[in-house]
Amino acid sequence: MRRLTQRRRLAAAAVLTSTAMVLTACGGGGDDGETNTAGGTSPGEGNQVCEDLGLVEFGDLSDTEVSVYTSIIAPEDAAQKQSYELFTECTGAEIAYEGSSEFEAQLTVRVQGGNAPDIAYIPQPGLLRTLVEDSGQVVAAPEGAAANVDEFFDPAWKEYGTVDGTFYAAPLGANVKSFVWYSPKVFADNGYEVPETWDDMIALSDQMVDDGIKPWCAGIESGDATGWPTTDWMEDLVLRVSGADNYDDWVNHEIPFNDDTVLEAIGRVGDILKNEDYVNGGIGDVKSIATTAFQEGGLPVLDGDCGMHRQASFYAAQWPEGTDVSEEGDVFAFYLPTISEEFGQPVLGGGEFVAAFADRPEVQAFQVYLSSDVWANEKAKATPNGGWVSANTGLDIENLTSPLDQLSAEIFQDPEATFRFDGSDLMPGAVGADAFWKQMTAWITGQDDQTTLDNIENAWPS
Amino acid sequence: MSTTTPVEDTVAAEEATKHRKSASTAAKEGLSSRWGSAAALVIAVLWTVPTVGLLISSFRPEADVKTTGWWTVLSNPSFTLDSYRSVITGSDVNLATYFVNSIVITVPSVVIPVTIATMSAYAFAWMQFKGRDTLFVAIFALQIVPIQVTMIPLLTLYVDWGLAGRQAPGGGFWTVWLSHSIFALPLAIYLMHNFMREIPGELVESARIDGAGHVQIFTRIMLPLLKPSIAAFAIFQFLWVWNDLLVALVFAGGNLQVSPLTVRLAELAGQRGEDWHLLSAGAFVSLVVPVLVFVFGQRYFVRGMLAGSVKG
Repeated sequence: MRRLTQRRRLAAAAVLTSTAMVLTACGGGGDDGETNTAGGTSPGEGNQVCEDLGLVEFGDLSDTEVSVYTSIIAPEDAAQKQSYELFTECTGAEIAYEGSSEFEAQLTVRVQGGNAPDIAYIPQPGLLRTLVEDSGQVVAAPEGAAANVDEFFDPAWKEYGTVDGTFYAAPLGANVKSFVWYSPKVFADNGYEVPETWDDMIALSDQMVDDGIKPWCAGIESGDATGWPTTDWMEDLVLRVSGADNYDDWVNHEIPFNDDTVLEAIGRVGDILKNEDYVNGGIGDVKSIATTAFQEGGLPVLDGDCGMHRQASFYAAQWPEGTDVSEEGDVFAFYLPTISEEFGQPVLGGGEFVAAFADRPEVQAFQVYLSSDVWANEKAKATPNGGWVSANTGLDIENLTSPLDQLSAEIFQDPEATFRFDGSDLMPGAVGADAFWKQMTAWITGQDDQTTLDNIENAWPS
Repeated sequence: MSTTTPVEDTVAAEEATKHRKSASTAAKEGLSSRWGSAAALVIAVLWTVPTVGLLISSFRPEADVKTTGWWTVLSNPSFTLDSYRSVITGSDVNLATYFVNSIVITVPSVVIPVTIATMSAYAFAWMQFKGRDTLFVAIFALQIVPIQVTMIPLLTLYVDWGLAGRQAPGGGFWTVWLSHSIFALPLAIYLMHNFMREIPGELVESARIDGAGHVQIFTRIMLPLLKPSIAAFAIFQFLWVWNDLLVALVFAGGNLQVSPLTVRLAELAGQRGEDWHLLSAGAFVSLVVPVLVFVFGQRYFVRGMLAGSVKG
């Protein structure tokens, strides 16, 4: 296996250098990320948009195909495919799109079996790292894509697509996790205001208790992944209690998992989630959090049985059809307030990264296209019902239709914002996709703060 | 409670002593008595209720499915075909394509192992050759290899042979057919071998005296006698392949044009499970073919089960 892979890499490198020498592709420099071209006249020649994108430099790509494997499935895949039409128009290359709910397990199998797709949208930087280190089949992003990312994205995003100093994967879509869902109607009827600081939010919660409304509701049941919504709570609080640098140290295990700052964060989460006066609006008591499906955890907000629900922007898909998600509508979200001015506006989020397993010209051209501001705007226009946003700063907020997507994009593009990726996706699998979830579930059902953190610390692979 | 009169009780007791029943007739009578039938009926109803609930749910509007249980349909009936419409037309690869793919995958995946298994079972049962028993035990032992272990090496082989991927011959179906056949063969050979051994040796010997060779014995004697067993195994294999998701995901990978129905069903619930109400309709769409096969093949199915104990 290993020898085979090495041989293949050598072969790939040989092909790459020879193509580069024969065709003298533009750019160059370094072994990785060199641009390959097919030669000939691109179908996009003369089209200003295609030329500005740099797609014409890849030559005539007619009759070629790029296979894309993703976890983005119906109904969200329709807009994805529609947004590739401009690419096909510019280059002639077709996109073969395949979405699967088994993506994460199957991708590894296919890569190890030697049947990797050309492009995969990887939702976790941790998985990207594993694929790069274990399979050696991920190829570096072309220079055009790297340049786009430098121009349009927060440096934190580029860092998450980089493994050991080589930039592999440009970010694609994104979601904001630091959101609190609320009902603008209930707020207006009771004269509540959207809180600007953490203390305001706690004061508002107490106010709701006095008015006879349970202020918070939550649900963390999610099959094998039960407990993950609490990890988002923890990450948001670590960011707010101790700042982004400390958060990075925590995620990379440069400070122990049960550090004092984390203990303070879990205490703050417990002040809300384990407070019998605060939860679980419209559902039950504290323990009902563990047994309520995450899809249903926030639904009482709509009925006015629950004041607030902290969940990511993608929760928008869970509201029943016909729900008005806007600032004056049935439900909307506000940014989870900060605790201390000192750490700016931390934004916790997630997103996908475009990793390539081939460096054929059409694959590279597609990577360049996806990392551009043009694609981000095309995608926004192709998503008339909302539910998609990118951290691409070239994205014109006017092109987004849903008020929530617009709010998310504003948060991403805010110069004050400090973006950090969902930490449980960056931690080793034994922690981020196992102990962290399980221990937090045990914590909800009665385990104390210190034991919970100690147990997760002990689960960290040495 | 005391609905039976003392007179009836004594009559029953007398009858019981009059006919000393054998255990099997006692069981038969006990099971076909009024109480036995009642118990069977209750069990049947209990077992069917969830399926009925699923069927009803598949016709209910999304909001109803998500807020109330299916039994509320009695007090508040409202039906719609929306779920079926989303299942059938909701994806940009037509459901008919997946349906046809399922059939194209299933038929050869049943025919190939059944053919090979009957022939090799004949060899193991009625031909003498060196190392026969060792080989048979080896094949028998292969059953314990979990298919998950074989997937990556097998896929690597297919890729090296050029059978996997989008440009593969046969549109990429070969990998799925071969994999299903490989995974089915150990059990198939073992079962067929046992069925063949049940056939009396005199039959084979008299055929041989009449001048029949192996081919004639196999086609004229074994195949007609084994028809129920073959049908039974074929039905098992059919249901297994039809309902398979794992093999399809791994080996038909990278190409929705060759993916079976199960791949589409697995994605019905949507990105974050928001469309789980469609699953009931999806379940019934995929159920149609296996139910038909089972209903029409049931005759063989029962006979095949008995083939191990009852001669010829």
